[in-house]
Amino acid sequence: MTPGDDDLDHNADDVAPGFMDAVDHTPREGIQGYLIGFGLAILLTLASFYVAGTRFIWGPGIPVMLVMLAVAQIGVHLVFFLHLTTAPDNTNNVLALAFGVLIVALVVGGSVWIMAHLDENMMPMGQMRGM
Amino acid sequence: MSATEALRQGRPGEVDPYKLGRGRAPVPGHGGGGRDYATGHGEGGPASKRVIVGYGFWIFLLSDIVMFSAFFAAHAVLQTATAGGPTGRELFNPTHVAIETAALLASSFTCGLSAVATEARSQAWTQFFLLVTGLLGLVFLSLEAREFADMVARGAGPQRSAFLSSFFAVVGLHGCHVTAGELWLGTMMAQVFVKGFRPNIMRRLVCFNLFWHALDIIWVALFTIVYLIGEGR
Repeated sequence: MTPGDDDLDHNADDVAPGFMDAVDHTPREGIQGYLIGFGLAILLTLASFYVAGTRFIWGPGIPVMLVMLAVAQIGVHLVFFLHLTTAPDNTNNVLALAFGVLIVALVVGGSVWIMAHLDENMMPMGQMRGM
Repeated sequence: MSATEALRQGRPGEVDPYKLGRGRAPVPGHGGGGRDYATGHGEGGPASKRVIVGYGFWIFLLSDIVMFSAFFAAHAVLQTATAGGPTGRELFNPTHVAIETAALLASSFTCGLSAVATEARSQAWTQFFLLVTGLLGLVFLSLEAREFADMVARGAGPQRSAFLSSFFAVVGLHGCHVTAGELWLGTMMAQVFVKGFRPNIMRRLVCFNLFWHALDIIWVALFTIVYLIGEGR
């Protein structure tokens, strides 16, 4: 630990994910932010569990609805818990996240897409046993 | 005089020959941000250490999420490959999953409160909220361990079908992360207690906070895809 380290640690306008002190926050404001995030997350979680068990929505629509609620909740977590914003000083963090989302979409979406098509083109099991 | 001290003392009157942006450019219109602090996009010279640490850890978390996405992809593909064994609908208990979700979400919240306490330099509140976070994490882990034990006892272990292999892989991987997070949390409590709010300890706390919130984000994807959608199959 060098003496100058503390000083170098504080740079007025720069933020990394998870930092709240880019703007001067009072503890009260900090707690308020987490409370809002917590409240929204609880609402979205309850909605997810309700939708999963409901017959109010057309059956095949349920997974779509669940994915939508999950994406919304992940957004809430990113904004209120990880303090990700669209501010210019947050560009690096958001760009890294965007790249992460791209890779995840390619891996998950690609796998499901390809495997579904392979499944469709495969010979039925019974027929294969007869060969 | 250490290097950082020299940098600190040399900063005010310093003219940056490479026009990296700290201070005014020697010739107007030839580079230089004109501001004396980093803005996060190149102006004002290199970013501070805590920004670099936070950003680096953010990159690690994203790579961790990419690894999880491979496990999620495997599970999504194998969700219906039950090989005549039990399906998700027969195995999963929504109430149980709801309690697990509540415990982890509440722990994410208390973890955020510990960050607020850290910002206010309150040793007692930081320790208190970290402890609550750890205990809620333990509630989550014990529930998950019981669920796994129950399933294995009913003959629905990871060797039963491809569906169950992928289920245990993805949920177990998340459980391993939470376990690692618990160990880290204990270490951080001890370090905050012994060393106080020194800059390096603060940086570690920020990284821990990011890690714990990321675990909750992964759990959101997990309970949606594995449990809620899996139950409908």
